[in-house]
Amino acid sequence: MKRVIMAATVAVLLAGFLAPVIGLDFGEPAYTDMDEYFVQHGQEQTGGNNIVTDVVFDFRGFDTLGEATVLFVAVLGVGLVFRTLRGGET
Amino acid sequence: MRMSKVVRTAADILFPFVLIFGFYIVVHGHLTPGGGFQGGAVIATAIVLLIAAYGYDAIARRITKDALRNTEALGLIAFIATALVALALGAGFFYNWLAGTGLLFGMPVGFGPNPGDLNTGGTIPLMNLAVGIEVLGALSLIVLYMLSGTQEAA
Amino acid sequence: MYFDLPFIAAAVIATIGIITMLFRRNLVKMIMGLSLVESSVNLFLVSLGYRTGAIAPIFTNAPSVRMAMPTVQAMTLTNIVIGIATTALLLSLAMVIYRKYGTVNADDVRKLRG
Repeated sequence: MKRVIMAATVAVLLAGFLAPVIGLDFGEPAYTDMDEYFVQHGQEQTGGNNIVTDVVFDFRGFDTLGEATVLFVAVLGVGLVFRTLRGGET
Repeated sequence: MRMSKVVRTAADILFPFVLIFGFYIVVHGHLTPGGGFQGGAVIATAIVLLIAAYGYDAIARRITKDALRNTEALGLIAFIATALVALALGAGFFYNWLAGTGLLFGMPVGFGPNPGDLNTGGTIPLMNLAVGIEVLGALSLIVLYMLSGTQEAA
Repeated sequence: MYFDLPFIAAAVIATIGIITMLFRRNLVKMIMGLSLVESSVNLFLVSLGYRTGAIAPIFTNAPSVRMAMPTVQAMTLTNIVIGIATTALLLSLAMVIYRKYGTVNADDVRKLRG
């Protein structure tokens, strides 16, 4: 019984994931103004040669701020968990 | 629990090279593949190498969790402060207030391939450094906390 | 040319991860399934931004200016860091559960509680 449910789930998930993906062309992404703008103007505006770093730290700085905050809070959570585990020791 | 002398010597020899490689990735984040997150992770692996060679107890005495926690908080504060300076100068939050000014990291760059000059990028190298410090503290702290959880609590 | 192979691989890896999360009762294996789903998302994002014959979007000594899309790679970087954070938190919670119940099997944890 479990195997039947598992096979059915696999089939449903595979169909669900493959359906939107199968029509995409690998190597020929859809044209977006944003990416084109980053590649054409990112170097002049920020001075960095690495466009990915320009996007991460300049154009999408808020994203990185949230990312750094998530990492900080996760470490706080890990510390909280293990502090209670070891009985108050730092 | 420490490993044999061969492993400890190899770790001693490799440790500065791993540190320098991580620092290179952080500082050259705006020129070559890499950046603050990747370089910080590499530097954290140097600390993990020391832990693997010398054991948790010996390293946890030298590199305390308090120091790493302060490092992490310092990195995050430096990151936010770099972004806040732009607000004080009258521009938007996260504005690149150093790019193209000719000051530190402020050489203007034209479009097109170039050999790469370290003195470019505006606030990006500063933010790379700040995030590198933060990720170094965060990942080492996660490893140290998890190892302290696996030690028998007396 | 490549018959969408990266996209299909991403779909298969995501399916494996979700199946692992649904049908394994071991908490560590469920966390592994979550990591697999994260990896498949990374693979999907990176392959979504690839152009045939393009280089990485870095201008240092670049041989050409036909470049892959930078935004998806930045998103991938964000996803990797957040994946590390969630995995660390989940693994430490699994360690606490093991300390408290003596097992990481989700069914046993529920039984012992009742």
